[in-house]
Amino acid sequence: MRLLTHNMLASNVRGVTSGYPLKLEATNWCTKEVDLNADFIRGLLPKIDWRALVAATRALNLPELLPEEQPSEEEIFAEGAANVEGSAIRRIHHALLEIHVQQGALICPESGRSFPIEKGIPNMMLHEDEV
Amino acid sequence: MWYLCVFYHRLLDYRRPEVESLAELFGGPGAGDAVEWRMPENHHEDSPFHLVRLPGDERFAAQVANRSLLVKGIYELWGHGTTYEELEKSIMEYPDERKLPHLTPESTFKIVVDTFGKVMSSQEQNEIMKSLTYIPFKGRVNLKKPEHKFFVIETDDYGSNNGLPPVMKRTIFFGREVGAADRHLLPMYQLKSRKYIGPTAMDAEMAFLMANQGLARPGKLVYDPFVGTGSILVAAAHFGAMTMGADIDIRVVRDGRGPDCNVWSNFEQVLAIHWLVRVVFLDLLLINYWLLVFNQILDAIICDPPYGVRAGGRKSGGRKILKGVKGPYTVPEAKRDNHIPSTAAYSLAECVHDLLHLAARMLVMGGRLVFFYPVLRGEDGSSNTQFPEHPCFKLICSCEQILSFRYSRVLLTMVKIAPYTEEIKKMAEEQHRDFRENHQKWLDEGNLHSAVFSPAELAPDGNSKFDRDSKPKYRGKYV
Repeated sequence: MRLLTHNMLASNVRGVTSGYPLKLEATNWCTKEVDLNADFIRGLLPKIDWRALVAATRALNLPELLPEEQPSEEEIFAEGAANVEGSAIRRIHHALLEIHVQQGALICPESGRSFPIEKGIPNMMLHEDEV
Repeated sequence: MWYLCVFYHRLLDYRRPEVESLAELFGGPGAGDAVEWRMPENHHEDSPFHLVRLPGDERFAAQVANRSLLVKGIYELWGHGTTYEELEKSIMEYPDERKLPHLTPESTFKIVVDTFGKVMSSQEQNEIMKSLTYIPFKGRVNLKKPEHKFFVIETDDYGSNNGLPPVMKRTIFFGREVGAADRHLLPMYQLKSRKYIGPTAMDAEMAFLMANQGLARPGKLVYDPFVGTGSILVAAAHFGAMTMGADIDIRVVRDGRGPDCNVWSNFEQVLAIHWLVRVVFLDLLLINYWLLVFNQILDAIICDPPYGVRAGGRKSGGRKILKGVKGPYTVPEAKRDNHIPSTAAYSLAECVHDLLHLAARMLVMGGRLVFFYPVLRGEDGSSNTQFPEHPCFKLICSCEQILSFRYSRVLLTMVKIAPYTEEIKKMAEEQHRDFRENHQKWLDEGNLHSAVFSPAELAPDGNSKFDRDSKPKYRGKYV
């Protein structure tokens, strides 16, 4: 599961009004390199919940990866930034698309229900009594 | 500029929409609508020969042709006629300034003689090539890697009885190739060489056509809510899109048939062949299909919903709905961890309703929803069906694939044209209440399985009610 996917998921256990963002617990994760596409990031960024993304990177013990506050558009999409090691856009790209959580769990912030992540696939299926 | 567009004699309904979608893909919004079509004189719509006007230059036409699967070639038409004399006259009239730049002494070329609906011996082909001396070819012949490929394409005036589209007069076309489909990718992606397939895996050609309809390309996010073995997303990923898939069945997506035989291995296997270092954009989810929170994030949803002929749909909710048990069903605490929840049958109507609703919410404006919809063919072979509608979507094309004389599936391509509003959300919730309360009714109504597989009813004269000649002889699953 990429952190982009984590950013899009919510818990929908019966009775939960806002099961977002899910708390991430990862016991195993890896990174896989992906080509950076600035236009893709540009389209995605306004739709991403920055705080949830930052919280996810902190949960993976990567406190340095993203700043608490979202950098300005000018900074992220500055000319040539995509080619600079450690630039904002490279970090965002890395956080959203290159990190894969293999094993762990997603915890509903309201009900505490734990959704397991196995073999990189989050299992968001609800049991019969939770629908 | 007008070109001669020659299609493969396959999947007839899919051919023009594919070219229009690819024009939109490479030309930007509106370019698809700007494509114009004409038929050559005396040619039936099902003929492989079409005249097309594309918005853009020759490089644009080449891009469209090269990415397509059903375009045998797009040609700059130098001349045509019903006899070789007429062809010569027509070519001579074609302006020199269009011809000479491709006939220079330093260029290399080759001439191909092609036919449709007839066979020609190599001797006859040679004679035709020799008869072209009135064209001042100055370059050198190179059969392997020519700069310019010239085509002589001949069709016959066969009658209506040999299974091919009728009303076609003998025509000879001469043109210079601008671009052609790369069908070499099909054998590499064919299902039989894939490790992990299911009973309803999408065949590779159709999956690529769907990816083209969904405008898959790098930088786009494509979602399949019924991912199964991933056969549709593989095609979208081939074109560089980032893909996301969800399924309700944990055994299919998580376990597959072992450590090297699952959805991940499918992606690695087929893509690794080609894109040596490419990392696959795939993320899998196991959810009750519709659970994604953000609005307007996906560029396309491409899927083949389970409509109950070969596989029925399932949804969260458990068996109790079916058995009419009212009491609460609780999962024992000790078994919660590895519990696989039971699922309830999912009627086609509800499934399609949910799909449209999800798409209305999740797609960006201008995003595309591409999915198959089953259609029962009437006794006269007609298939006048009301396709699903939604206030957020405009249907841009419907392409029928005839599966048997009783039913077809139609590939619907819709574009999101209006934003998702509170009002639409309320309407959907009401509809949902109805689905829940009249679960059995909806299941029975949408039951295609019996309509497709029950024995044919016989008319009083002892013949099947279905008229087997109701469709042209040449139409079938792949044509």
